[in-house]
Amino acid sequence: MSTVATSQIKLTPEHARPRASVRSRLQEALPKIVLAPSFAITVVFVYGFILWTIYLSFTNSKTFPSYAITGGRAYQRLWNWTFDTDPPSSWYTSITNMGIFGFLYIAICLALGLFLAILLDQKIRGEGVLRPIYLYPMALSFIVTGVAWKWFLDPGLGLEQTLHQWGWTSFHFDWIKNKDFVIYTVVIAGVWQASGFIMAMFLAGLRGIDGEIMKAAQIDGATTFQLYRRIVIPLLRPIFLSAFIVLAHLAIKSYDLVVALTSGGPGGSAWLPSNFMYEYTFKRNEMAVGSASAVIMLMTIVAIIVPYLYSELREKSR
Amino acid sequence: MSAVTTPARQASGGVNVKIVNRIVIYGLLALFALFYLMPLFVMLVTSFKTMDEIQNGNMLSLPKAPTFEPWLKAWGETCVGLTCAGIKGYFWNSIKMVVPAVLISTMLGALNGYVLTKWRFRGATLVFGLMLFACFIPFQSVLLPMATILGSLGRFGVTLQNTVGTSFGLGNSTVNLVFVHVVYGIGFTTLFFRNYYEAFPTELVKAAQVDGASFFQIFRRIMLPNSMPIFVVTVIYQFTNIWNDFLFASAYAGTGDAMPMTVALNNVVNTSTGVVEYNVNMAAAMIAALPTLLVYVLAGRYFVRGLMAGAVKG
Repeated sequence: MSTVATSQIKLTPEHARPRASVRSRLQEALPKIVLAPSFAITVVFVYGFILWTIYLSFTNSKTFPSYAITGGRAYQRLWNWTFDTDPPSSWYTSITNMGIFGFLYIAICLALGLFLAILLDQKIRGEGVLRPIYLYPMALSFIVTGVAWKWFLDPGLGLEQTLHQWGWTSFHFDWIKNKDFVIYTVVIAGVWQASGFIMAMFLAGLRGIDGEIMKAAQIDGATTFQLYRRIVIPLLRPIFLSAFIVLAHLAIKSYDLVVALTSGGPGGSAWLPSNFMYEYTFKRNEMAVGSASAVIMLMTIVAIIVPYLYSELREKSR
Repeated sequence: MSAVTTPARQASGGVNVKIVNRIVIYGLLALFALFYLMPLFVMLVTSFKTMDEIQNGNMLSLPKAPTFEPWLKAWGETCVGLTCAGIKGYFWNSIKMVVPAVLISTMLGALNGYVLTKWRFRGATLVFGLMLFACFIPFQSVLLPMATILGSLGRFGVTLQNTVGTSFGLGNSTVNLVFVHVVYGIGFTTLFFRNYYEAFPTELVKAAQVDGASFFQIFRRIMLPNSMPIFVVTVIYQFTNIWNDFLFASAYAGTGDAMPMTVALNNVVNTSTGVVEYNVNMAAAMIAALPTLLVYVLAGRYFVRGLMAGAVKG
């Protein structure tokens, strides 16, 4: 096709030139034209919408959006609720739960993931069978996970009942119905779902470590424990960081799990900020407050993700 | 890396120690395998039991008289809210939503990745950075504006319906969800393809350019034929994410006939009219989980790769 074009140019240079340049200019712009829709969509539906949400958070919107700025009343209310501990306000419950859930979920997933990866890395026969077993929960939706654990943790049907039947009648486990403990059941189900994936990340990291370093340390007489503490775990630092980012991100976005596992818990005691946002925006007709809570969630993510992405991208372009 | 036994231990005739070590390791691994399998196992056996057996029997025991009844009931008869026609309709809703959303977002991602790596321009990194960050936002921060826009598009669709005779899909919940999933999925698909094409030899593209191949010719003849692995990874990733989504589904199609599977399942389980049929609930949950589980079983390697690529960024 192009050879035809060049021969035409040779035959009629005076006509072909401007045409070729229009064509080549189009060719040149084509990549940007192809990328433009996606970029425009992102700018409008992500960044534009974020600005819109921020705007709404400074209005007096209730059931329907209102567009008269009325100041930071929504934030003022959230701030006041933060200290409303007796009885705890929904916001206080949500952020406290976020703290408990976020910390335990991330810490346990990291610890368990690393532990399992190290165990699996000991030349295990049947690794090919075990790995997929640890990892499959990640393929399930939070809703399915929630339904399964709801059943498993139900005092009348699940674990408690089973142990009673086996003769351990004093066993008592009703966290899922207990407003002070329900958030810990969310941790259990969350860890169950994500820890296998964290294990896979660590395992990939372990497999990437140079065997020579290990051998040298062994020859120097390091014990297994020392070897892992002093050499392997420090080498896994980048994986810790990635895993932390993934988990923090999952934790802040967790919404479905709370809904499916606890339906919000007794009196909303299992709420996370994501549930708070949904309830206030769509069910309690407090759109401004809902938006303000969404902005706070976003800011939390920004504080974690932006420095990370920035360093990642800068490293790449270097 | 290998199992590590210290010279000291080996010297002190540590064969026994070694065996004990292995037993402990295998024991722990088996214990954790049980932990991960338990909920699925319970779900599965419960879905094959009669209600009688559930109420009087043990959660962990195998069904004495396995029955397929709960599955049939979940598929065709159980109540989702007030409609009692099973979850089959919602299963198809999910399919109708997932297939176009996955295809469109994957194709866009492939083109974007191609442009961002082989046709670099000034500001490409910034463009990519902005798209990449979009992957990480909590969707709560766009939920409400999107609801407002979808609402007005729906009203516009009604107007069109009355004047032109067709709404062009505006206001249709499934179309809305496809749109939403494409919009918030292209960040990830672009990331996947960009990282994959980054490693693709640019000389090949340059050579083709010299030979006069056009932008799309290069994409079709050179990039696409070499993109099979990343297509599989991206399709699986998007499929799993979109199928499993609950937030968008409940916000934009939380009621009515277009409800996707996840929302329907949640409604089935939380319907509090009459006796709660646990076996039917569990069968419904299994049906909701099957497509993604199946993908995982058939293409687990690619599934993990997608998760990793989504996790380990730029």
